[in-house]
Amino acid sequence: MPITRFRLNGVETDVDADPDSLLLDVLRGRLGVTGAHFGCGSGECGACRVIVGDHAVTACDTPLWSVADKDVTTLEGLGSADRPHPLQRAFIAEQALQCGYCVSGILISAAALLRQNPNPSEADVRTALDRNLCRCGSHNRMVRAILRAANEMAAP
Amino acid sequence: MSPPSAPKLPVNLAANPKLSSWVKFGPDGEVTISPGKVEIGQGIVTALAQIAADELDVDLTRVQMVRASTAASPNEGVTSGSLSIQQSGRAIRQACAEIRQIFLTAAADRLGVEAGALDVSDGTISGPGNVQTSYWELADAVSLDRDATPGAVPKPIARRALAGNSVQRLDIPDKVFAAPRFIHDTALPAMLHGRVLRPEKSRAKLVELREGGARAVPGLIAIVRDGSFCGVVCETEAGAEAAATALRKGATWSAGETLPDENDLAAFLKGQPVESTVIDSRAASPASEKTRTIRRQYTRPYIAHASIAPSCAMAQWSGDRVHVWTHSQGVYLLRADLALVLKLPLEQITVEHLEGAGCYGHNAADDVALDAVLLAKAAGGRPVRVQWSRADEMTHAPFGAAMAIEIEADLDAQNEIVCWRHSIWSNGHAARPGRASQPALLAAFELEHPYPRIISANPPQANGGGGDRNSIPLYDFPAWKIESHRLLTMPVRTSALRTLGGQGNVFAIESFLDEIAAERGEDPVAFRLRHLADERAKDVIRSAAKRANWKPAATAGTGYGIGFARYKNTGAYCAVVAEIEGEEDIRVKQLTIAVDVGEAINPDGVINQIEGGAIQATSWALKERVRFDSERITSNSWAEYPILRFSEVPRVEVEVIQRSEIDSVGAGEAAHGPVAAAIANAVFDGLGVRVRNLPITRDSLIAAMELAS
Repeated sequence: MPITRFRLNGVETDVDADPDSLLLDVLRGRLGVTGAHFGCGSGECGACRVIVGDHAVTACDTPLWSVADKDVTTLEGLGSADRPHPLQRAFIAEQALQCGYCVSGILISAAALLRQNPNPSEADVRTALDRNLCRCGSHNRMVRAILRAANEMAAP
Repeated sequence: MSPPSAPKLPVNLAANPKLSSWVKFGPDGEVTISPGKVEIGQGIVTALAQIAADELDVDLTRVQMVRASTAASPNEGVTSGSLSIQQSGRAIRQACAEIRQIFLTAAADRLGVEAGALDVSDGTISGPGNVQTSYWELADAVSLDRDATPGAVPKPIARRALAGNSVQRLDIPDKVFAAPRFIHDTALPAMLHGRVLRPEKSRAKLVELREGGARAVPGLIAIVRDGSFCGVVCETEAGAEAAATALRKGATWSAGETLPDENDLAAFLKGQPVESTVIDSRAASPASEKTRTIRRQYTRPYIAHASIAPSCAMAQWSGDRVHVWTHSQGVYLLRADLALVLKLPLEQITVEHLEGAGCYGHNAADDVALDAVLLAKAAGGRPVRVQWSRADEMTHAPFGAAMAIEIEADLDAQNEIVCWRHSIWSNGHAARPGRASQPALLAAFELEHPYPRIISANPPQANGGGGDRNSIPLYDFPAWKIESHRLLTMPVRTSALRTLGGQGNVFAIESFLDEIAAERGEDPVAFRLRHLADERAKDVIRSAAKRANWKPAATAGTGYGIGFARYKNTGAYCAVVAEIEGEEDIRVKQLTIAVDVGEAINPDGVINQIEGGAIQATSWALKERVRFDSERITSNSWAEYPILRFSEVPRVEVEVIQRSEIDSVGAGEAAHGPVAAAIANAVFDGLGVRVRNLPITRDSLIAAMELAS
């Protein structure tokens, strides 16, 4: 098998797998990185979103070869309990989830949005999250948390 | 509340009286609490921890919540019906109150002071003259392997430090920092992966299976077939997926069984053999004569759980014993059904809970657990993880039952209601595992020697009812008759979904009331208040109405409607004002909600549950409908079964009416019925169109307009 090399959460990573493998299978199955979740397998729910370069993509329908030499960020790469990303802090502060299964994909979509638009309106946030599904009905809290994080990041 | 002269243990504590099964003091200054209820995304674990911390006087950070397992946990049945705070909360509060008392007695002995002079602060027990000890110092000397007694008195509400406060949920940090917490993210040593094939056509039988393609997949461990049950076990998940895809190509299925006409559910439901039950009746000589009768029919479709994660389970055999990891709502109930299928004594099966995605009732969690157990038999003692596909999750898990509801009202000359008749046609709303002498698990119906498919039943009205849930009016009509017709056939598999029949019945009752108020030219809020005696009911209606500035005038393309219910007629009170806009595609702009759950243990948790319930209810009301053709469920993806998206979600404002003096009830299901009704009533207000068939889509609006013209 050819080796595919990419940077996973800032770390150079070599994967010896069929380049047509799905990125989600590689992350979860090969690398044991479980932040991205399987939800539908067809890019419809967004639970598996990761950031490739600067854009949030669904890892369940992204082939491995397409991320060669690129930066891939999963929820694990966003921050940690010791060094939380403002979005993670804001999601805790707003208690912005119920079951939390969709939340990894939503945090990723939000992080990608804030990279491109550090000062989004509420409508911008809703548009950016429109391809992420949440079944528990935590949408409004999530939107509030994302706006809170954006504010915090903009503060001098 | 029970009088102090006749103390009785809470039901779940009486059933599991050993104190050590609920509470233990660990060596590192921690308190472990073992509820039999499970986290299903509703935040229950945090609320129960609050109760324990309060009653024991320990800091919340010391409390460690143990996941339910048949190996050790109290048996608290199923986590459902918004009953966890009532059942588990009371048991834990009572157990902790007694344990605190036991330790105070032991501390008094050791310290040589009166127990009454001792105080507890964060687990440290201290008294006059600076004497002190702690739960942990005394833990070796105090045995909790004893049965609870009814004497202990929990703290008065005024002395509870945590209950009533919005504390942060214990599980949320793990979930935002990607710490593996879900069953889906849990890897066991040497774990294998399994997939099961399910027919596309309803209840089709597996006629022939060519295995060649699957056999060629690297890492394949086994192909398992027993009758129409068929699956693969593989070293990797991707391999299991590939083998299942190959096997599907080699599978030949029989024709499917006939499904009803999805466009005429009422005719189907009313045309089946049924078991009829009079749920309630009230006969009184009306104050006035009826002059006419009006009759309306309301329907709701089959609704999918559509959990955001496909169901998942793990199982591992060791000789003739099996260990199962599951996100089931009831570990003991699942174990009972597994024992039936496997013909094993209960003691040889351990069922342990791990969190799954949000659960809104009896979904495929239990089914996939049996799948894993059956596949793991071929795994040589290695654990097997099985995950369903999105399509199977959307088509093979039980659905919430479709309902046809007919209401008749006899009106007098002033259009006042003198008699009310409510009739429900629906499949049963419960076919949960562990309740019958036959298993209720999908694979059990598919085996070479299959178990018969269970026809869903309804819980008795005393337990909240099923199809008849919330069908008895809370309004003081002089006479009524409520009748439930439960189908004895079940071409579409149904079981418990959030509110059971409550959503349908409240939608029907509250829509019909609105129709009558409109005929009378009376304000719908005033009309409801005039027919209610219960002040708590009136309070939520008044609060929601006030907050929404009831009633703003409808303008072109906007409308306002109200809906109200007390969940199960014994649970939480909830009133909703909906604001809608749009003429062809309805958008819900805002839901203004007032709720009364008695004592709100974690008010933000209550708001979160109500808000989430309201948004899900909006999704049901505007979008959701299981689709099928004559032999196949066709809504097998998010594209075919759309739910509400971020851009479509209404603003939701929730006011919690805190009643610290009244025992808590759950919040998870209170909003669904009132929201559906409020939206339908707002559509009528704004558009003058009465939609009686859910969901309220462009098609159903057009159909309703045609019917009216």
